[in-house]
Amino acid sequence: MRSVTTIIIGAGQAGLAMSRALTRRNVDHLILDRGGVATSWRNHRWDSLRMLTPNWANTLPGDPYRGPDPHDYMRIPELVARMEHYAERISAPVQTETEVLRVGGDETGLKLETSQGPLRARAVVMATGACACPHVPALAAAVPPRIVQTTASAYKRPGDLPDGGVLVVGASASGVQLAHELQMSGRQVTLAVGWCTRLPRNYRGRDVEWWLEATGVLDERYDEVDDLERARRTPSPQLIGGPEPVDLNALQDRRVEIVGQLAQIRDGQALFSGGLGNVCASADLKMNRLLDAIDEWIVERGLKAAAPDRPEPTRLPNAPALRRSLTDGGIRSILWATGYRPDFSWLDMPVFDARGRLRHRGGVVSSPGLYVMGLPFLRRRKSHQISGVGGDADELCAHLRAYLDGGACMAA
Amino acid sequence: MTQIEVKTTDNGVNVEALLGARQAIEAAPDAAQFKWRTECEWVRGTHSRSTLQGFFGLGEEQRRKSAHVIEADHPEQFASADAAATPAEIALTALASCLTAGLAAVAQNRGIQLWRVRATVEGDMDIQGILGVDADVRNGFSDIRVTFEIDADAKPDEIAALVAQSQKRSAVFDLITNPTNVHVTVAG
Repeated sequence: MRSVTTIIIGAGQAGLAMSRALTRRNVDHLILDRGGVATSWRNHRWDSLRMLTPNWANTLPGDPYRGPDPHDYMRIPELVARMEHYAERISAPVQTETEVLRVGGDETGLKLETSQGPLRARAVVMATGACACPHVPALAAAVPPRIVQTTASAYKRPGDLPDGGVLVVGASASGVQLAHELQMSGRQVTLAVGWCTRLPRNYRGRDVEWWLEATGVLDERYDEVDDLERARRTPSPQLIGGPEPVDLNALQDRRVEIVGQLAQIRDGQALFSGGLGNVCASADLKMNRLLDAIDEWIVERGLKAAAPDRPEPTRLPNAPALRRSLTDGGIRSILWATGYRPDFSWLDMPVFDARGRLRHRGGVVSSPGLYVMGLPFLRRRKSHQISGVGGDADELCAHLRAYLDGGACMAA
Repeated sequence: MTQIEVKTTDNGVNVEALLGARQAIEAAPDAAQFKWRTECEWVRGTHSRSTLQGFFGLGEEQRRKSAHVIEADHPEQFASADAAATPAEIALTALASCLTAGLAAVAQNRGIQLWRVRATVEGDMDIQGILGVDADVRNGFSDIRVTFEIDADAKPDEIAALVAQSQKRSAVFDLITNPTNVHVTVAG
């Protein structure tokens, strides 16, 4: 059986950053990917999508953005091209078209079954990402069969959906962007809004990403925050890569109808929560708390910045709808933008908690030699961003190197 | 001698016990499964009397030292004896009590001293629904407004956050704002 010291599963940003870190520490390794570099970015994103973060922020370790538009938001083909170029530049040892079917372990090390045959390794870094599977709530089973259903990862363009009304479920980044795009395509959108995160694209003259980076919010560490579970569950913000606002006020200006969280589907009707007001008030409160912190940071450093330009509070409809028929032809399709889950179904080791979640501490999985990357707030708030994988890769690589050298007890 | 003033918050909530219970339940999720019960006896007319004593929780049957009694009736305008509040008003009361209890617990956990909390609740109801005059009118409330007056050692944004969090963690807010399957049967 072929043996490699370290195997990285997944040739996305996290896998590539780890490959570079391992190469610099002289650790022999191989990257396996079911496709090639940036497979998920290629296959599971819609056509119009741009990065949520400006170009200057979308950098992999040792590869700053030197293009002409640092403040623009690149489209996905450009990101894919940059990642392919990066993989070449760092000579990433990618074995393409190799699907990992099972990872197991015993006292002699880790064993992988793949579509290209078995492999043995001393360490495995799982870098398949946080968005491997779209999450669709169980209540979808009660949707009447005539309604066309799709998910944010399968959707490509408005023409994929029938003409007529669309119910978009979920109001994080994917949900608000697609609600906007579908409404602009002439389809009447109803947007079901659950717990969400609101941020302005720009604040006091700068992109909000700049403030998050400068104030250190993005570098907050997993062992420093009060409630890590909550921080890891934070939905992506209601932003788009571009100047146009897509928050709930902007969507209502475009005549998107906002309703409460989809609570149940009963007798062919979608029933929405009456708690929309609190969901919006909570998102406004949290946004303003963050902007307060930015204001304080500016004052503490005696910096000059444009005047505070706080977004208006979220406007609520007078009487948000509590139900919509799914059988009267008004709504013809449902787009589920209800989040993603990582997929570790191929990991055959006792490393999951009672709720089936992978147990890890800052990416160090409870089984020796096993690591994970690219999950939300893995080691820092920006762990899931392109710019976040470099720091995580360095720290986890140091741990991995020490493990290989026999110093397995080093703290994470 | 230097005197150090230690500021303590006392809203009468044992947060340590609540956080301890949360930890215990995370370790043993079965203990989190509760069944709440009430027994309602018809008295006469629209007057009824409910008795609440036992419930199931923490893995076993629980019994209070003494039972609580909640009566309900309708006012004279409904040709009733007005022996007690209407069930719909009791539902509004349950909402206010649930939010208020949550607010006190959250405030305690955040170190915010409360001095006075008053919730005023108003619900709109078109009784053409319950009277069967208009089939398009729902029986229940079409809109419910809760107004809090809060005197606390906190900034307005912190108070707003307390109110938001108390809704997020409220059982009655959830059951009023979201549908629940209800099964009504006649015992055989």
